[in-house]
Amino acid sequence: MIRVLFFARLREVLGCESLELPCDFYDLGGLRQALMARGPDWQEFLAPGTSLGAVNQTLAKDDVPLQDGDEVAFFPPVTGG
Amino acid sequence: MHDHIAIQEQDFSLTQEYQALREANLQDGAIVTFSGTVRDLNQGKRIQSLTLEHYPAMTLKCLQQIVAEARNRWQLGRVRIIHRVGRLALGDQIVFVGVSSRHRGDAFAACEFIMDYLKTRAPFWKKEQTGNGEHWVEAKAEDQRKADAWK
Repeated sequence: MIRVLFFARLREVLGCESLELPCDFYDLGGLRQALMARGPDWQEFLAPGTSLGAVNQTLAKDDVPLQDGDEVAFFPPVTGG
Repeated sequence: MHDHIAIQEQDFSLTQEYQALREANLQDGAIVTFSGTVRDLNQGKRIQSLTLEHYPAMTLKCLQQIVAEARNRWQLGRVRIIHRVGRLALGDQIVFVGVSSRHRGDAFAACEFIMDYLKTRAPFWKKEQTGNGEHWVEAKAEDQRKADAWK
C-alpha cells in the first residue's frame, strides 16, 4: 500500500486529507494520472504544474518511482517564509 | 553541526537567537540575521491575520537539506532557523534565519540563500483572513526567480 496525503488548498478543494492505495503505479506521474481521473476537481488541481509532489517527504518529479510503503504527498506551490 | 531548526507555534526572541549565534563563538566574525513579519497588505488585499499550515513530516527534513546545501556552498559556523505555524496576527514574527561565519560575505549570501530556498521548497502554506473571508496565498513567480538564480 501507499499513503497519499493532500495539503492546504488541495485538501480543501478535493475534500480529502489522505488515501491508502494499493501500489499499482510505476512512478509518481502514474499515480498523479490515476488520481486525476477521479473527477473534474482532481483533473484540474492535480495537473502537473498546478500541484507539487513529494515522495517520502522529499520534493519529487513525476518520474520518481514508487514502492510499496511509500508516503506520497501532493500540495500547491509553497508560500511560507 | 551547530544547527538549530525549529517549527513552533510560539514566538521567538531575536535577542536570544542572536546570543545563541554569538555566545562562546570566537572563530566567527560575522553574524547575519533575517526575520520576517506579517504585513498588513499583501497582493493588494488588506490582511487581518494569517494561518500557517505545514507538512510536519517533511518540513524539518526539507530545512535540514537546505542548510546542508548552504554549508556545501559557504564556510558557515552556526545556523539557526525558526518558522512559526498556526494563527498569526499583523506584525507578528513568522520566520527567523541566523547565520554566523568567519567573514560577512558567506554569512550574507547563506542567509539570503536559505530564505530563498525556504520560500520555494519548504512545505508551508499561508491562508490570509480579510474583511471578506479567507483565501490561500498564491505563490509568487518572483520568489521562484530568486531561488533559481542560485543554481
